[in-house]
Amino acid sequence: MDDLAFYIFAAVSLLSAIGIVASSNIVRSAVCLLGTLGGVACLYFVLDANLLAVIQLIVYAGGTLVLMVFGIMLTSKSPWVGFRATRGQVAGAVLVAILMAVGISTLVLTAEWSQSANAPLKTSPSVAEVGEMLLTDYLVPFEVASVLLLVVMIGAAYLARTEK
Amino acid sequence: MILAVGLNHYLVLSALIFSLGVLCMATKRNAIGILIGVELVLNAANINLVAFSKYNAGVGDGHIFAVFVILLAAAEAALAIAIFMNFYNTLRTIDVDRGDELRG
Repeated sequence: MDDLAFYIFAAVSLLSAIGIVASSNIVRSAVCLLGTLGGVACLYFVLDANLLAVIQLIVYAGGTLVLMVFGIMLTSKSPWVGFRATRGQVAGAVLVAILMAVGISTLVLTAEWSQSANAPLKTSPSVAEVGEMLLTDYLVPFEVASVLLLVVMIGAAYLARTEK
Repeated sequence: MILAVGLNHYLVLSALIFSLGVLCMATKRNAIGILIGVELVLNAANINLVAFSKYNAGVGDGHIFAVFVILLAAAEAALAIAIFMNFYNTLRTIDVDRGDELRG
């Protein structure tokens, strides 16, 4: 059951990612990104990372993606405007990407992992345990992250304002 | 027949999504398309973190790391779009190839 779910959601993520790259229209790319983010969130559920899956859906699919669609609307006269890279640039980029995919895949498949590669350990941390870790062992990064978000909020508002 | 899913399946999927993200960053000339490529790369990294966490000792370190990656991705997207709006206000386009001056 988990295996079937993995294949379905992996296919959804991959096909949406291919759609992002293949479409020359930025709005279609953004919609395909929703498919990838949703597929990855479902993969998190398959991996028993429930908290992370929910955060992925709320922050990515609900926040970042909407921000991007706003960005698209604010930065073009028509959302259907497309810029294309030249044929030579695309050929070079595809070559590099294929080399990367093959290289990383062979590296990963030939590596000797010190842990069990086939049998997952049964004890995945629950939402409560992850939350407790965030507020005990990882309290300093957690607080630094909140300060960072404040700085980013002020910085983004400063950058995006219209100058008089 | 369905092959039993193991750690390697997740790692290969993550490698493919990473490569597609790099391809997206290299071929899009729309600045927001490049940002979408970055998000793909970060998602690929997150799949790796969570998969290693699941197939390792069962502690939640990978999950915590992934939460911070998502947080940084959101912060980065907000700042990047603010910069793109400035870019658009200056150049009246979002085509990154046009932004070739140090002082517009």
